[in-house]
Amino acid sequence: MRSVAETVIKVNPIACQAYGYCAELLPELVTLDAWGYPIVDGGPVPRHLVELARRAAKDCPRRAFLLEKARIRQAPTGD
Amino acid sequence: MPSATDTRTDPFITDAAHDRATLLGGWRAQRNPDLRSHLAWHGAPPLPRPGDATWPERFAATIERSGLSGRGGASFPSAVKLEQVRSARRGGSVVVNAMEGEPASAKDKVLLSYVPHLVLDGAELAACALGATQIVVCVAPEHPDIAAAVRRAVAERVPSALAPVAVEVRCPPGRYVAGEESALVSWLNGGPGAPSWRPDKRNPLMIGRGPALVHNAETLAHMALIARYGPASFRAAGAPDAPGTSLVTVSGGVDHPGVYEVALGTTLGAIVDQARPTSGVAAVLTGGFGGAWVGAGALGTPYAPAPMAAAGGVVGAGVLVVLTRRACGIAETARVAHYMAGQSTGQCGPCVFGLPAVAEDLERLAAGCDDPGATARLGRRVATVDGRGACRHPDGVARMVRSAMAVFARDAALHGAGQPCAFRDEPSVLPAILGSGKATR
Repeated sequence: MRSVAETVIKVNPIACQAYGYCAELLPELVTLDAWGYPIVDGGPVPRHLVELARRAAKDCPRRAFLLEKARIRQAPTGD
Repeated sequence: MPSATDTRTDPFITDAAHDRATLLGGWRAQRNPDLRSHLAWHGAPPLPRPGDATWPERFAATIERSGLSGRGGASFPSAVKLEQVRSARRGGSVVVNAMEGEPASAKDKVLLSYVPHLVLDGAELAACALGATQIVVCVAPEHPDIAAAVRRAVAERVPSALAPVAVEVRCPPGRYVAGEESALVSWLNGGPGAPSWRPDKRNPLMIGRGPALVHNAETLAHMALIARYGPASFRAAGAPDAPGTSLVTVSGGVDHPGVYEVALGTTLGAIVDQARPTSGVAAVLTGGFGGAWVGAGALGTPYAPAPMAAAGGVVGAGVLVVLTRRACGIAETARVAHYMAGQSTGQCGPCVFGLPAVAEDLERLAAGCDDPGATARLGRRVATVDGRGACRHPDGVARMVRSAMAVFARDAALHGAGQPCAFRDEPSVLPAILGSGKATR
């Protein structure tokens, strides 16, 4: 099984204070719960959104929105 | 009404526990928690001779061969945990986690009251394996009698060769979540005693500049037996993939609540029957307040982590709360959720706002709210708390509530259609602590 380095979003739930800037910048990947806290799915960030995700990380007033490189296993293709 | 606080203090012991190599066999035979009785029954623990450089290696190999897994809740392989800390750095601390914040659990209290020296043996052995420089036994401040029992035992060992590493007894405040290992270590480091966010749990916890090995009291007591009697003796009880005996606290609708030592793989129904249910069993809350309900159909399940998980249950820290047919599962679940909401450390938004909302939805449902959308809304709320805290507190509540909605699906549908539960106003089968409202922090 191959693995590839992908960018993933992690939210530090202790630091997060529900400012919600991340969901405004990146509605494709971030939704807010009923109380305004971000929900992310933990999957890889598509390449065309990586730049916006970086901005969301930079703009988070609590530095709670983090980008990490993760090795994600790729299902073998073919046989 | 039985409760965890008045759980009979004399542990109930199954036949397996008459064997020498069991946790409570020594108490059964000697009826005395002191050092002399302990040594008369078990002999001295096989601590290393000074200068024996290969001892830690051998001890680690013995634990690995035993197949011991942690008894604090996560059932994590003890040999792997030992190795993670051993590879970090020499020195450091062994933390005996006997906080037992789980209201329906009494096993750590029983161990430290009746066989404290078995726990201390295990802690000394683990400390020698790590080259640790201190052992810290953590007991909840609500139980000064337990802390006193441990201090007495520690004092008995000090003049002997049984205490190569110094032991300190501490009482971190905070109840339920305080026993989460990162919260415990935070408090021991002079911090607030709240869980920390650890995306990678392979990095060992640190106390000061040394690594910390945090083990549940029961896990360490097993290590003391394995070191003496060998891995084969440990594996003689239990199943190949879940060896050994385990302590189970049974409470709820039973005539004989208490702590039972059972071989893993015993059926759930056999364990429940030993405690004598007061009437027909409708469901069992397994694994504690952050565990899962299973219906009466699961009573034939072997009590071990894998088969219990397959049946929708949890072994966790060995808690079983029996619900008889004369009780409302939804109302009981609401009480548990309400208690758990009060136990949040208040750090993470989804837990702070989500858990009370879940508890309120359940309370409305139990009251017969006549709202066809109630169960669906509850399902959505549960999904928004699951996995979204720094620690697993909200995840446990999510799991427990989801299991309730499955096991008590018929009741939930009736209540949602405006029909309140007939047993809604019956006294709760849950430990009395729930009646005392919110916990103090």
